[in-house]
Amino acid sequence: MSDIGLILSIGVIVVGLLWLTIRSLTGREVERRIIFLFIGISVAIPLLFNITVSEKATPIVKGIYDKVENLPSGSKILISFDYGPSMAPEVEPMSDAFLRHALAKGHKVFIMGLWATGQSLGAAAVDKIVKPEFPDKVDGVDYINIGYKAGNQGVLNVIITDFRKMYATDVNGVDLDSVEIFENIRSLKDMDLILCVGGGFPGIKEWVLFAADPGNIPLAGGSAAVATPLLYPYYPKQLIGLLGGIKGAAEYESEMKKNYPRFADMPTPGLNMMGPQTLAHMVVMAFIVIGNLSFFFAKRRKK
Amino acid sequence: MKRQLPLAMVFIFGFLMIIQYFIPHEYSEWVNAFLMDWMMIIGVFALALGLWSLTRVSWDKVRQKKPNWGYSIVTLAGLFLMMFFGFDYFRHFSTAVGSDNYMYIHFYRHIVIPIQATMFSLLAFFIASAAYRAFRARSLLATLLLVAALVIMLRFNPFLGPLQPIMEEFSVWLLNVPNLAAKRAIVIGVGLGMVATALKVILGIERAYLGKD
Repeated sequence: MSDIGLILSIGVIVVGLLWLTIRSLTGREVERRIIFLFIGISVAIPLLFNITVSEKATPIVKGIYDKVENLPSGSKILISFDYGPSMAPEVEPMSDAFLRHALAKGHKVFIMGLWATGQSLGAAAVDKIVKPEFPDKVDGVDYINIGYKAGNQGVLNVIITDFRKMYATDVNGVDLDSVEIFENIRSLKDMDLILCVGGGFPGIKEWVLFAADPGNIPLAGGSAAVATPLLYPYYPKQLIGLLGGIKGAAEYESEMKKNYPRFADMPTPGLNMMGPQTLAHMVVMAFIVIGNLSFFFAKRRKK
Repeated sequence: MKRQLPLAMVFIFGFLMIIQYFIPHEYSEWVNAFLMDWMMIIGVFALALGLWSLTRVSWDKVRQKKPNWGYSIVTLAGLFLMMFFGFDYFRHFSTAVGSDNYMYIHFYRHIVIPIQATMFSLLAFFIASAAYRAFRARSLLATLLLVAALVIMLRFNPFLGPLQPIMEEFSVWLLNVPNLAAKRAIVIGVGLGMVATALKVILGIERAYLGKD
């Protein structure tokens, strides 16, 4: 089925692009809605026919995977949901993968957010992943959602010395002093790994500047593709790894599927979205080439 | 006094925050923690101020029937409905019960998330249109940018066959060498600029934050 879809989508796109090329080269205007239609088709068909592509983890992704994998079971991993719904389709596959991987390895997971929207998205992740897939994990023992606090990087400045100054309770109003997972935890410095998922402000950069670097805490993260090149300067010193956009999420998912039989049938939104993204990229590239060809032809005609 | 007092406060607290970084002593840490607590409190007041400002601006728009005033009704309705549900129908103000409120969760998951995701997704269409109309090799620099963009996009493409590892290697080089060098230069430049601006604010040379009055 996916082969038929692939052939169909490539066929439709190639024929359409040829028509567009001829039209552009003859100097006729290509309406914006035709371009929109092409993008719509190149995204919709792969989704309908479930076209996926195989992925292999690159070193920048493997760095995070190996870190989570090599930490002794019961290590403390903090996942910060620093994004909103607009970014969720792109970065949620990353936070989902981090959460699954950390829990499967038996680590203790602390969920928080520097974005107000992160609290609900963290709670949604607990409902979607932890409760159905890890029913043996107990809230307050194996994982906890401490939610959001206003203050952006100021929050990090406080919790790097004392969590309880900022967070007296978790999102359910349970006193942090009464939960098992928070025993022997005073500040961020007690975490074995911080995973920040985001792509805006505050985000990974703030975690580097105000938590990981001053506290000497291992940090990794996942970021929206547009923000990823801005974060490369922090890799590999301040960031042990970075998932860039859907591609990064897909690589992480493929690594999990390869190494964990229990994740063979897990939802893989990252891998699923690589098909539409690849075809959409091809169409955008074709548009750039066609646009430039028509530009040079028009220039020559003028001469 | 109206101007001198804020300037003096900025000077004192600004320098206090700089100095405490260089004094590894418990008193210094205490000062830092104390001032951070103040920052949190001020942050909460800013939230209240934002709420008031949004309500006032939207309400004025509705009252005066300014262009697109209908959207302001939606803004106000969204704001107060989410507060109503978030405080569990105004029954619980000091506990987190509201975050489990059925309507609060459903409004968030089935209205806020799809709306924002849709708005962000629309970018793909506009990027494609812009790529066709504006991304032209008009000069050497524009051509370099265009080639770099194509290589980076091709890196993701699994249909390139034997060319894919070469593209991957080339794109990694592009990201790790020229991009990284430029980005690090920008980061250092921005950092130095921020230090200079902060010093100007602390020393009272830059006073725009005080307003016009």
